[in-house]
Amino acid sequence: MLEIHGRAVKYGDDVNTDVIIPGKYLTSTDPKELAEHAMEGLDPSFTEKVKDMNIIVAGRNFGCGSSREQAPLALKYSGVKCILAENFARIFFRNAINISLPVLESKGISENVDERDELRVNLSAGVVENLSKKEVLQVTPLPDFLLEILDQGLIEYVKHRRTS
Amino acid sequence: MNIIEKILAKASGKKVVHPGEIVEAEIDKAMANDITAPLAVLSFKRMDGKNVWDKEKVILVIDHIAPASSEQSAKMHKLMRDFVEEQSIKYFYDVGRGGVCHQVMVEKHVEPGDVIVGADSHTTTYGALGAFSTGIGSTEMASVWLTGKLWFKIPEAINIIFNGEMTKSVYPKDLILYTIGQLGADGAIYKGVKFSGDTIRNMGVEGRLTLCNMVVEMGGKNGIIEPDEKVYNYLNKQAKDDLRDDEDSEYDKTFEYDASKLEPMVACPSTVDNVKSVSEVEGVKIDQALIGSCTNGRLSDLRIAAEILKNRKVKKGVRALVIPASQDVFKAALNEHLMEIFIDAGVMICNPNCGPCYGGHLGLLAEGEVCISSSNRNFVGRMGSPKADIYLASPATVATSAITGKITQPA
Repeated sequence: MLEIHGRAVKYGDDVNTDVIIPGKYLTSTDPKELAEHAMEGLDPSFTEKVKDMNIIVAGRNFGCGSSREQAPLALKYSGVKCILAENFARIFFRNAINISLPVLESKGISENVDERDELRVNLSAGVVENLSKKEVLQVTPLPDFLLEILDQGLIEYVKHRRTS
Repeated sequence: MNIIEKILAKASGKKVVHPGEIVEAEIDKAMANDITAPLAVLSFKRMDGKNVWDKEKVILVIDHIAPASSEQSAKMHKLMRDFVEEQSIKYFYDVGRGGVCHQVMVEKHVEPGDVIVGADSHTTTYGALGAFSTGIGSTEMASVWLTGKLWFKIPEAINIIFNGEMTKSVYPKDLILYTIGQLGADGAIYKGVKFSGDTIRNMGVEGRLTLCNMVVEMGGKNGIIEPDEKVYNYLNKQAKDDLRDDEDSEYDKTFEYDASKLEPMVACPSTVDNVKSVSEVEGVKIDQALIGSCTNGRLSDLRIAAEILKNRKVKKGVRALVIPASQDVFKAALNEHLMEIFIDAGVMICNPNCGPCYGGHLGLLAEGEVCISSSNRNFVGRMGSPKADIYLASPATVATSAITGKITQPA
């Protein structure tokens, strides 16, 4: 979980939750069903692309809009391993951590990564290695308590805190 | 400390807090709706949750697809009703009992100084009444149901000051659209957003709700306005005198605007920060006009629309929809005979709920269609077809445009 390896699929600024998963599909609570429609509003070929490009690299304000946890769920179950963006909308950011989908604020990532670049991400160190370009980007790592929630998922984290 | 820091310090048992600090705050009220509560119920069970921490502080509302429009949405509602029954939740607003969740919260639950979380992004609305309120996701809501607490990072805050008198055709919606256009969709990301200045002081409480409602459209964590006599009168409550900024309180940035210079504004497809003055896009033909939502579906909004539509007709070929934000708003509008005006004008009145704003049902758009709406989001696919266009504007601009059949500046 703390180290992720994959290829980049790139998107721009302000990718909103309505294009990640449109409202009409939210009557389902099944993550696999949601995943079939991931990014439908923005990129109809996403579910194909993510098969070999499973690290999303995006610009500013990724996940803006609604509080729907179905958005990070749809991405996670479609095969996304990690999202690197200049910054994230705050509810999306918290939701992603809570369901164990790694997200890392990575200033400068859009300029330094091209689609299909091979990346290795170390979440606890805040290091993004671009293996294709042989470059290293150092970003601020997540604080320890968020790494812990990310690692366990909020459900297990809460269970554990209540029983310990 | 500023008002946001004061509320969060008190809720987390601290004398002083600083931006960037992580605190664990006691939650006063936790609201979820029919899109977010079902997932929260599933997470609550997976956490081995037996009982919610306080059955009077958990508030559940069916509003996004109300009444159920499909077997699938009926299933989601049933899951909520079963949970309400099992947990003896005191405040549950079923079909016909409440309306749009944020309006129900404002009418029945919000108090100045509260810390409120809602599993809906427009929970920022309640800051207009002096509460700290923000949106969270479903699993986080389940953890709140279980523990009554949640972690927050104390936000840096920005102060948006409006001075001057708004001209006749300019409304609070125009002010917030203008602000979002100036700051951008991420202009207030992670930040607390305070509104102040004499325009805000002179503004009615419902207009202030519209401002705070939309701070999330520029990334804001919460919106807030220091509660004054108008707020306490609106709520019929005693004033709390500690809900003000200290004199030495700090803001990360301050933006100052002259409200008297503003024109009616419109957010053009397909981002909320794509804001122009109505005069720049006047003449764009519309197929649908929507007045409703947690942003602009309140009584004052319906009064404005009715005044414009009185003795007029909606243009042939245009569908106009009015969706009162709650049962109480609906009833008040009936008492004031506003509904007669709408019916005579050829408007379809729908039952209180989110309607097409969220894209669930009731007035979705086909490819190539254009809607002008008093709601809050114009994203691709938000209201049906990804190839439909949504323009966001004030209820006055929407009502005026419904009559002419094209985007038109109100008189």
